[in-house]
Amino acid sequence: MSEIRVVIPAHLKTLAHVSGEVRLEVEDPVTTERVLDALEARYPVLVGTIRHPETKLRRPFVRFFACEEDLSHDPTDRPLPEAVARGREPFFVVGAIAGG
Amino acid sequence: MSGVRVLVGTSKGAFVMTADGARHDWRIDGPFFEGWEIYHVKGSPVDPNRIYASQSTSWFGQIVQRSNDGGRSWDTVSNQFSYDGVPGTHQWYDGTPHPWEFARVWHFEPSLSDPDTVLAGVEDAALFRSGDAGASWSELSGLRNGGTGSRWQPGAGGMAVHTILEDPTNPDRLYVAISAAGVFRSDDGGTTWLPKNRGLASGEIPDEDAEVGHCVHRVALHPSAPETLFMQKHWDVMRSDDAGDSWREVSGDLPTDFGFAIDVHAHEPETIYVLPITSDSVHYVPEGRLRVYRSRTGGGEWEPLDKGLPQAHCYVNVLRDAMAVDRLEECGVYFGTTGGQVFASPDGGDTWNTIAANLPRVLSVEVQTLA
Repeated sequence: MSEIRVVIPAHLKTLAHVSGEVRLEVEDPVTTERVLDALEARYPVLVGTIRHPETKLRRPFVRFFACEEDLSHDPTDRPLPEAVARGREPFFVVGAIAGG
Repeated sequence: MSGVRVLVGTSKGAFVMTADGARHDWRIDGPFFEGWEIYHVKGSPVDPNRIYASQSTSWFGQIVQRSNDGGRSWDTVSNQFSYDGVPGTHQWYDGTPHPWEFARVWHFEPSLSDPDTVLAGVEDAALFRSGDAGASWSELSGLRNGGTGSRWQPGAGGMAVHTILEDPTNPDRLYVAISAAGVFRSDDGGTTWLPKNRGLASGEIPDEDAEVGHCVHRVALHPSAPETLFMQKHWDVMRSDDAGDSWREVSGDLPTDFGFAIDVHAHEPETIYVLPITSDSVHYVPEGRLRVYRSRTGGGEWEPLDKGLPQAHCYVNVLRDAMAVDRLEECGVYFGTTGGQVFASPDGGDTWNTIAANLPRVLSVEVQTLA
């Protein structure tokens, strides 16, 4: 079990009533899917806001970044970078810059 | 003392506006749900403290908010709108099959008899019901699977159930309207539905009097005459006196019969209001003058109402859910514009006051009449 740091967009912080980073306990190996499962379990209001509640597909205007890399198109069961898994770097959920 | 609460959804949040029965001095609370699109906010006619709000963005999808204290505080309820079974396809803009995909809730219609029951009209067009105040939703799939769904096609704004009407004299009778499919009626509480579009003629579609395919913008009824329906179609203002079995045009002497909003006076079933918009390619009021049109004859003959409304350089639209009436003794009429204005008339449209002038784009206006 690792403590993961997650940064979510401002609108989702408001919905979840959180400020700053979210810290989550996630079982190894730490993957995007497991991080999102833990995030939604802690904050059920976020179900459906990041990924489809049934298909689990990422919403089109949401991206996942960590360690200066775009992980959005990686398989969600692929282990995340060691720095994320050990809590040295945060996992970013980002709203795409779109709309002018 | 009696009063009103106006519920305003905008492209960047919701506002709650309250006034006493004079409707001159307004308190504005909000924005609630800052930065989110609020397609619709509507209160229960049974329990005015119970209010539902549709909150969404293209980024993070649909959220449903519920208030149990008249809009002072809000809690999220279920945002899970799952189509019943394998959803299949409808037509896309180019006529090709396109999978049904939930996008957002356009309209909430709280039950006339139970504050925990509420209907939701959604994009892609479907009707959902909650019997537990939004804690869960199930589709009334007979609408979508009634035989014509595969031929429905989106309008420019998407393909959504935007009008939901309950017959106050017959709880088994419901109406919905869909852009761009048309009007549908159920006589069994929402289990089965039939298209009710006979008499509509839409030059925008290949077969102008087709069974479905009409871009109906809004339908309204008066509770004392629920078999009479008034419709603002893409073009044409229409009425039906047989619960939608047939329709006839009542555009009459309107300057243009394109528009979105339509509503009925609270106490006069033959007095109706529309807001003519220049055309389907020019979505603002004609001549830069903001005028509501009122007919006291159930359509056909119309008079402009402009006292207190901007009469120069006003280029705004009024969207389909952005006009409403209260039920005070002297009926109040309200509407909001894409320019962020909200206007109120405390005298049935004769004169107008500005409640707010600089809000974000107004998507919806509803009114609660408070005892």
